[in-house]
Amino acid sequence: MLDLQQVAVAYGGHTVVKDVSLSLAQGQIGCLVGPSGCGKTTLLRAIAGFEPVASGSIRLQRQLVSSDSVQLAPERRQVGMVFQDFALFPHLNVADNISFGLAQQSKADKTATVKRLLQLVGLPDLGQRYIHQLSGGQQQRVALARALAPQPKVLLLDEPFSSLDTELREGLAREIRQILLQLRITAVMVTHDQNEAFAMADMIGVMEFGRLQQWATPYELYHKPVNRFVADFIGRGVLIPGTVLDGQQVQTNLGTFTQRYASVVQAGDQVDVLIRPDDIVHDDASGITAQVVEKAFRGSHILYQLKLHSGELVQCLALSHHNHAIGEQIGIRLDLDHLVLFPRS
Amino acid sequence: MLTGWRDIWRWAVLLPALLLALPVVVIFASVFNPQTEIWLHLRQTVLADYVLNSLLLAGGTGLGALLLGTGSAWLVSQYQFVGRRVLQWLLLLPLAMPAYIIAYTYTGMLDFAGPLQTSLRELTGWRYGDYWFPEIRSLGGAILMLSLVLYPYVYMLARTAFYEQSASLFEASRTLGLTPRQHFWRVALPLARPAILTGTALAMMEAFADYGTVQYFGVTTFTTGIFRTWFGMGNQAAAAQLAAMLTGFVLVLLLLERWSRRKIRYYHQGQRSQAANLRRVSLLRQFGILLLCCLPVLFGFIVPALQLCSWALSNYQVTLNQQFASLVWNSFTLAAMAAVLAVLLALLFAYGKRLRRDALVQAPVRLAALGYAVPGTVIAIGVMLPLAYLDGRIDALAEQWFGVRTGLIFSGTLFALLLAYSVRFLAVSLHSVETGLERIKPSMDNAARSLGFTPLQVLKKVHVPLLRSSVLTALLLVFVDVLKELPATLILRPFNFNTLAVRTYELASDERLADAALPALAIVLVSLLPVILLARSVKAANEGAH
Repeated sequence: MLDLQQVAVAYGGHTVVKDVSLSLAQGQIGCLVGPSGCGKTTLLRAIAGFEPVASGSIRLQRQLVSSDSVQLAPERRQVGMVFQDFALFPHLNVADNISFGLAQQSKADKTATVKRLLQLVGLPDLGQRYIHQLSGGQQQRVALARALAPQPKVLLLDEPFSSLDTELREGLAREIRQILLQLRITAVMVTHDQNEAFAMADMIGVMEFGRLQQWATPYELYHKPVNRFVADFIGRGVLIPGTVLDGQQVQTNLGTFTQRYASVVQAGDQVDVLIRPDDIVHDDASGITAQVVEKAFRGSHILYQLKLHSGELVQCLALSHHNHAIGEQIGIRLDLDHLVLFPRS
Repeated sequence: MLTGWRDIWRWAVLLPALLLALPVVVIFASVFNPQTEIWLHLRQTVLADYVLNSLLLAGGTGLGALLLGTGSAWLVSQYQFVGRRVLQWLLLLPLAMPAYIIAYTYTGMLDFAGPLQTSLRELTGWRYGDYWFPEIRSLGGAILMLSLVLYPYVYMLARTAFYEQSASLFEASRTLGLTPRQHFWRVALPLARPAILTGTALAMMEAFADYGTVQYFGVTTFTTGIFRTWFGMGNQAAAAQLAAMLTGFVLVLLLLERWSRRKIRYYHQGQRSQAANLRRVSLLRQFGILLLCCLPVLFGFIVPALQLCSWALSNYQVTLNQQFASLVWNSFTLAAMAAVLAVLLALLFAYGKRLRRDALVQAPVRLAALGYAVPGTVIAIGVMLPLAYLDGRIDALAEQWFGVRTGLIFSGTLFALLLAYSVRFLAVSLHSVETGLERIKPSMDNAARSLGFTPLQVLKKVHVPLLRSSVLTALLLVFVDVLKELPATLILRPFNFNTLAVRTYELASDERLADAALPALAIVLVSLLPVILLARSVKAANEGAH
């Protein structure tokens, strides 16, 4: 459906996206995450046709739309786009905004499409309003409806929630995912907020310095990050040093663990083991203790920053009523389902 | 705090505001003194010409300014081309060229004995009557002249409007299937429409108000008709009624302008994201765009300015004399007095509005600020009528009681002129001062008070430093506007009191074009100051945007 092969994008001699390959099947939702300046928005704009690719290819439903020799104009690609600032046309009302891209349709068809989409995004009565009369969340829905109206081959969303209040974001992300699933539309969203990505995506791509570091499902990304950057960027966690004993067993200051997946490390290698806050369970009965250095109350949970006797810092997510003071020694137990190892550099 | 009518602020604002509103009120009140006979005469002879020519002049100028202004604004805001940065502010230069000056300059260049026709005859061997040459002294010529100097009103507003359209709007159009050309017609232009209409309405108001150009070109419009009725036929009431009619036309434009401005606000909500990237085109097209953008600057400023320079250089030994020095002195002191007065009034009104946010203070200020839309000729008549009446009464009373004649102590002195200028240019100074005052948030006053300052200290430590630049801007703008002003000065100046503008106009009317060049050039040079100021703010806004 959407297929990128070794895409590179350059601005005036400076390559901002390098060697990106990824693909999405019909109806799948992909997310691109990464720190600002990592090239995720540039990649999205290359798919939309606003940036030419320096090398590689972009295909939409098997049609080549971008390569070093082909550059189909944005208006001929049939992509829908939801912009960070929504880019709604303030001189048109909601209904006219939504039907803006439907030049070919008859008036009756347009009216029907507008009605259907307003229903879909939950704003059935607002067709005659002007944009400045809408709240941020309503504008967001109109922007989505406008992008969906011409039935695009792929929907692109550029940080669509960044101008909304935090409370609105996750709810709206879930809602939009439901709409996209219902329409079986392929979509790519760019965000810097991984919670948004988790709420929306079937596949997530993590980018850094213009390269796609990993393209995987949210579950895989969290539990099997391919490198330190992804491990660090997705979720919380710390790396603690360890030594490989025999290829299956790894020894650390928190105990010795068995790894379940095949790995390239060999006996005697020095490695770092990824420990997520949810891997460390607070257990008063445990023999291993650590000192509370910092705590952050999260309502249902408390996120503790703990100092091991060896000096390493780890995080621990404990239930809220296990309330301990800073400086206290508390018992912990490691509950690792699988090991994530990175060779020590 | 005192309330109601015992509140001193109310009176401090209300009385001067009513005084400033008086001329317009007088003009409209004149309608209740019907002059049947003269109106019958006017209707049978010239009234249709006045109405038709004024409408054609304003309409034609509006269209010309709209095309020149919108076109150049679109080009400099969208395309990357050689010289774009410089042209961006060069395009403002014609603002410094008063219409009556450009009109007589082009007349000198284009008439039968002018350099263009002379060289044409030399080249071809034609003689008088052998060829057709467009007559500049016509309605079409007046429209062309006014368009050339008034298009910057449209240009400035349209340029800002195009700039502020975020890049994503263009991209949204593209993803919805529009080509760049379709985007211009369906999104960019409609979005800029309120700004363009506002600029066009301003240009049309100026066209309605123009006296110097049409009088010089012999086109009969309302303004020349008012002069003729007042001085030629000596019927002041009928002149005032003509003025009321003209003001009616202008008020329609004013409503259009107000309505458009309100829309600008709506159209720009939530559009604060990054500005669009300039489009890159081939070198050949860049050259074409550059050429197009140069045309209005060339014909609206550079060519006439060079002609003025050449005239002034040819006879400065004769014209640069004692008389010229006294002209400059008269003009500058008059303009300075008017500027100080207008700014003091603006400060009074702006603070009154800030301290008393109620209709009793807001409404009279708004009424007084309407003057900027009213043509100078109309204001002059509106000032003249009540002051002449007052002078007559004072004179009669003084003779009756003390046996002395006081003469024209108001209408025959600079008082009348200063009142007229205050009415006409209050809006200019008020706008600057209010913009400055808006930057001083009420919370800043509160912060300073809570830090232990008395209200007077707050004024000194917070307001004065923050307001200084807006007050200076206001002074400069009014100064230059007064220096350029022609019709009101012509009517109201004291006997034998000449200014640069009046002298320029008189010399040009006497076909002493070269002699008029020096005072004209002085006006143009001083008028450049606010344009430079404007260009600098344009540049600053640009650097903020990119």
